Amino acid sequence: MDGVILLQKQLVDYSTSLYKEGFLDDQFKQLQQLQDESNPDFVVEVVYLFFEDSERLLNELSKTLNQQIVDFKKVDAHVHQLKGSSSSIGAQRVQKVCIAFRNYCEEQNTEGCLRCLQLVKHEYSLVKNKLETMFKLEKQVLAAGGSIPMH
Amino acid sequence: MGLLSGSNLSLKLCRWVSVNMPLNRKLSGLKCSFFLHFGLKKASEALPGAAHGWKLKRQLIFLWIVSVIVAFAMLLSSFSGKSWVVKTPPFNEEKVEILLKHFNVSKEQINSLASLFETDQVSSLTCNIQYGHQMSLSRIKNCAVKMISSMSDMVEKWHDFVTENIKLDNQMCPVHDDNISQNLDLSVLKDGCSFISWCTSSASSDHECSVQLELFKDMLSRWPLVRGTRYHCEWLLVDIIKICWWVLIGMVLSWKLRTLPEELWGNQKQHLVQQKPLDQHPKLLQKLRQPLTACSSKSAGKWRKKLLVIFVLAGIFGSIWLFLYLNEDITLRRKEMLASMCDERARMLQDQFNVSMNHVHALAILVSTFYHELEPLALDQKTFEEYTEKTAFERPLTSGVAYALRVLHLMRERFEEQQGWTIKKMETEDQTLSQDLVPENLDPSPVQEEYAPVIFTQKTVSHIVSIDMMSGKEDRENILRARASGKGVLTSPFKLLKSNHLGVVLTFAVYNTHLPPDATQMQRINATVGYLGASYDVPSLVEKLLHQLASKQTIIVNVYDSTNKSAPINMYGKDGMDTGLLHISNLDFGDPARKHEMHCRFKEKPPIPWTAITASVGVLVITLLLGHIFHAAINRIAKVEHDYQEMMVLKHRAEAADVAKSQFLATVSHEIRTPMNGVLGMLQMLMDTNLDENQWDYAKTAHESGKDLIALINEVLDQAKIESGRLELEAVRFNLRADLDKVLSLLAGKSLEKEIELAVYVSDEVPEVVIGDPRRFGQIITNLVGNSIKFTKDKDKGHIFVSVHLADEVNSSLDARDEVLRQSLILAQDGTNAPFNTLSGFPVVDRWKSWESFTKLSAKAEDAEKIKLLVTVEDTGEGIPFDAQGRIFMPFMQADSSTSRTHGGTGIGLSISKHLVDLMGGEIGFVSEPGTGSTFSFTVTFRKAENTCMGMHWQQCDQAVSEFRGLKALVIDQKNIRAEVTRYHLKRLGMPVDIISTVDSACSYISSCASTSASERLAMVLIDKDSWANEAYIAVSCVLKDLRSRGSMSNLGTISTSDILLLATCTNPAELAELKSIGVVNHVLTKPIRLSDLITCIQEVTGSGRDRQVARGKQPMLGNLLRDKQILVVDDHVVNRRVAEAALKKYGAIVTCVDNGKAALEQLDPPHQFHACFMDLQMPLMDGYEATRRIRDLEYKYNRQTNSCELSTQILSMVPQWHTPILAMTADVIQATNEECMKWGMDGYVSKPFEEGQLYSAVARFFECADVKWV
Repeated sequence: MDGVILLQKQLVDYSTSLYKEGFLDDQFKQLQQLQDESNPDFVVEVVYLFFEDSERLLNELSKTLNQQIVDFKKVDAHVHQLKGSSSSIGAQRVQKVCIAFRNYCEEQNTEGCLRCLQLVKHEYSLVKNKLETMFKLEKQVLAAGGSIPMH
Repeated sequence: MGLLSGSNLSLKLCRWVSVNMPLNRKLSGLKCSFFLHFGLKKASEALPGAAHGWKLKRQLIFLWIVSVIVAFAMLLSSFSGKSWVVKTPPFNEEKVEILLKHFNVSKEQINSLASLFETDQVSSLTCNIQYGHQMSLSRIKNCAVKMISSMSDMVEKWHDFVTENIKLDNQMCPVHDDNISQNLDLSVLKDGCSFISWCTSSASSDHECSVQLELFKDMLSRWPLVRGTRYHCEWLLVDIIKICWWVLIGMVLSWKLRTLPEELWGNQKQHLVQQKPLDQHPKLLQKLRQPLTACSSKSAGKWRKKLLVIFVLAGIFGSIWLFLYLNEDITLRRKEMLASMCDERARMLQDQFNVSMNHVHALAILVSTFYHELEPLALDQKTFEEYTEKTAFERPLTSGVAYALRVLHLMRERFEEQQGWTIKKMETEDQTLSQDLVPENLDPSPVQEEYAPVIFTQKTVSHIVSIDMMSGKEDRENILRARASGKGVLTSPFKLLKSNHLGVVLTFAVYNTHLPPDATQMQRINATVGYLGASYDVPSLVEKLLHQLASKQTIIVNVYDSTNKSAPINMYGKDGMDTGLLHISNLDFGDPARKHEMHCRFKEKPPIPWTAITASVGVLVITLLLGHIFHAAINRIAKVEHDYQEMMVLKHRAEAADVAKSQFLATVSHEIRTPMNGVLGMLQMLMDTNLDENQWDYAKTAHESGKDLIALINEVLDQAKIESGRLELEAVRFNLRADLDKVLSLLAGKSLEKEIELAVYVSDEVPEVVIGDPRRFGQIITNLVGNSIKFTKDKDKGHIFVSVHLADEVNSSLDARDEVLRQSLILAQDGTNAPFNTLSGFPVVDRWKSWESFTKLSAKAEDAEKIKLLVTVEDTGEGIPFDAQGRIFMPFMQADSSTSRTHGGTGIGLSISKHLVDLMGGEIGFVSEPGTGSTFSFTVTFRKAENTCMGMHWQQCDQAVSEFRGLKALVIDQKNIRAEVTRYHLKRLGMPVDIISTVDSACSYISSCASTSASERLAMVLIDKDSWANEAYIAVSCVLKDLRSRGSMSNLGTISTSDILLLATCTNPAELAELKSIGVVNHVLTKPIRLSDLITCIQEVTGSGRDRQVARGKQPMLGNLLRDKQILVVDDHVVNRRVAEAALKKYGAIVTCVDNGKAALEQLDPPHQFHACFMDLQMPLMDGYEATRRIRDLEYKYNRQTNSCELSTQILSMVPQWHTPILAMTADVIQATNEECMKWGMDGYVSKPFEEGQLYSAVARFFECADVKWV
């Protein structure tokens, strides 16, 4: 039982640190609230959807930006989507970079876009790692027979 | 007259041109009037931007026309100055003079003749003489009669000729202005006629025919002159018409030039107008517009330059042409003058010569008569000499006369004997005889066939007696010719014997018998008996003649004998220098064998043609000046255009900056939203927990303030919109008083902090519910009150008083006025009398002055549906410095730059307020006095609405109203206005209120109340804390307690409900507790009084609400609304879709998801089961807007179909119009997105991610009302 409590505490600490460091925001909490008995894996499902979608978008973005003539409209649309999905799950650091990204896009600044793309990729991998770690912890908590503490 | 008709013509033409000019259709009317009324002021309909340019242009045109007129006048004067002076008068005078002379001469001739006859030497021959005299007289008479008859014929002919000429002229000149010349003709004719008739009447007596001949000749000679004058006149007319045409062309040209830029400007303006609706894409526009305008203006500039060059060239050529034209005219006239003068001189010379020739002829006849026909000879040398001497005056030009007898060789000896001398030969061939000529020294003439020795001579030439004239070659030829022709014959010029002048000898043959007129040469020769010669001194002849004439100085006359064409002999005059012009007139001295010419030339070179030079230089100068002016104007136009383009560029830049600004604001607002979501969400959650009334109220206020913050961001964005005039006001029903409460509750916190008393008062006349824009109305008040709070110092204990009246109330009579208004008026009238009867006791400015400048205030509302409210915000702040009062409504301008440091703020509030007031059809004004305070007033126009209860808030109040209605309250307050405010609030609850200003009277009032009936019982007593010290309410409470105790004794339990409420601005909790604990007051009410506060308070006091739970109906949960509703979520994004789905499912909705617009279209093709649709805006394939539009199309079609075909099923019949609520899901919160959504037919929008409150309010609008239909 102690192990469970320890794990739970670890999970809480970890998720709190995520909020504190700004990886996540309230939206993620709302997502967690939406999760209930009828829909037990909602958060994980959504987050993995987000991962899939983001990876696709990031690939697209790299492809578009590495072309000779950059189609900024396309880039903008992709970034918009990325921004939407990241704000939906509350990955606010990704979202923030997306905002800057879009500004560069409007200026048609290829260099800035590429820089932002790197930044987005970096943030995305960070948030992905963090979330995966969190999910692992949650699984461990569940496996240990505990419940996931609500915030 | 020519001028007049010419100008008429030009006027007509001008009109024609102006009417027919298609280019400037806009200004044609104007132009007409411009032509007709020169100085007429133009209506300032020109575009404001080009106003300056237009002014300049107008000045230019004015200058141009003035200069044209001046030039025209100059030309005219130069023409008329020369041409209209008819030169006849001097001529006439000369003629008359000459005529008179001739007349005298002929008279003298007759006299001389008479004297001849009267010589007593021939007394024996009187009868003969008588006879001769008679004969000659009859001859003269005959001659005269003949002459008269012939002359009358001639006059008739002449008359005919003249009339014919006039007719001809009339045909030739369609413009009837040759009257001058006609008149001239006629007058000359008349003169001539009268003169002739006079002549004929007098001629019979003693005038010689030669006089009449002269006269007639003179008449005739005057004719060409007259013709010449007429010709001049015609010429002048042609000139004027030509000039008119030129002026016209110039005018037309100038108009073209003038209208050209205007047209271009017009085009540009049109472009602008066309482009205005497209302004959403400024960058694109900029790209489009710039080359367009640049190119058009450039081409226009080129055109203008070309036109200018053409104009200047035309002006230069015109001036050159003018010079040449005028110069030619001058030389022509000079030539004519010379010709006429020369001809005149020649003619006169001829005439005089002829006259003297006639004399010589007469002498010849005399000699023949008296020497040859009479026997014995009646004439000898002495008689001849005497006679000739005496009659020498008749021949002033002859130096001498001599008679040579024809002597045949046979008769020579006899003749020589008879005379006593031998016939001598002329010494030399030429006749330039030396001075010491002595006939005796001459050799006798050699034997010849015949001789012509001189027998009689005039004394002056007596030396030639006995010389044989036939011996000189010239003379011989002369003699031979003379006797053959029977006429006077001239020699070629030679030097005369003594005078050394050039002279000619005239020779007449004397016949012994009467010869028939058609005698042959032989007959003549045979009949010749002698020769009469006279030598003429030509130079003196000419000299004399010229002396008689005026203007002899101006011309040089040379007379030549031009018998020998190749070597003409100069008879008179020096060979002067050549001055250019030369006129040659032929002279006829009656000898056909000899030809003489008169050469005339001007003494001086032609003068410099100053008139021509001035006129042409004037034209040139005017042209150049105009050219310069136009050039300057063109440059200016170009500069203005350039500036305009620059401005356009700057404008576009500014617009782009504006767009960037709003985008920045949008971004910022987006960023602000995230934390605000947290704040609002938490507050909402807080409100959902179990709170007591006060807590709930605070939380609610906080929540609303947060919402207002978001709204504020939108409002900042609105500023731009207001400025561009795109702000639209809502028109919704709202409760004015409740809204004011809400506004003030937002500001109450701040005012409490500063211990400022905040009060609101709404006149009874103001209706409960009006239709208008509550948010904007609240915004104005918030701005004003916020400013007032800002500019009132801490702990000043001042007040801010918001009052609302009907605008009509201000105008109504004093008695009917609202209490608050009346008191403020009294206050103003009292002046600065202390103590001030204001809310806080501090002096205030006269609020009446603040709406003094309103123009629409006094005007009656034109629409009965509308009401005009006058809102006044009065404060006791530091006031606005006088120098800053002028600019306080300007955006971003604050009274003082230090203000923003002291108080913060952007300075935009008043500007927005002013715009909003303007939009609401009102006016805003203020009066402020530094140190005293300010009062802002504004009017707004709302529409009336029927007074129905509305809104949650009001429901609560309604409840309270029914609860408290009829409860009587007593307000004890020193200050009337404050008491009025309290009464206003209590009245809203339906409570009758009494106001008493002193404690003593209050006590007595309470006592008296106690004894009255239950219906008038006193429910509560409200005491203002600021009014009195604690003693006051202690006194009152004592009275009440006393009453209560008495009441319990007398079972008047009702009185016990009378409680004391304390009204306090700032509440110190400790103080409050103390007051409560001693039981002096039952409750403390914090100002500003709000209805909700008041209700709560009264509920607590009366105990009616105490036991009640917070029964306020919580917001119906979303779950209730959304449960079992079919909802379609359209989002291309899987994450978003999933989140939205989950969120909606949480509230019990049945959610269907599609991932693009097309799929949504299929799902929403009516009939379908969906109750609502949440639509993402940015989607591939088909975005949200497009999808919505299509869905609306489908619905529209379907609705029409069902309506027309009556195909409706039972369910459908319940839904006459199919309209699925479509809500946009957007991350942008700025107003623009919202409006865009509405434009495309959406019903509302929710922001992503979902926020419960917003989702609820968005959804509730449809489902609350739709529940009836759908469930």
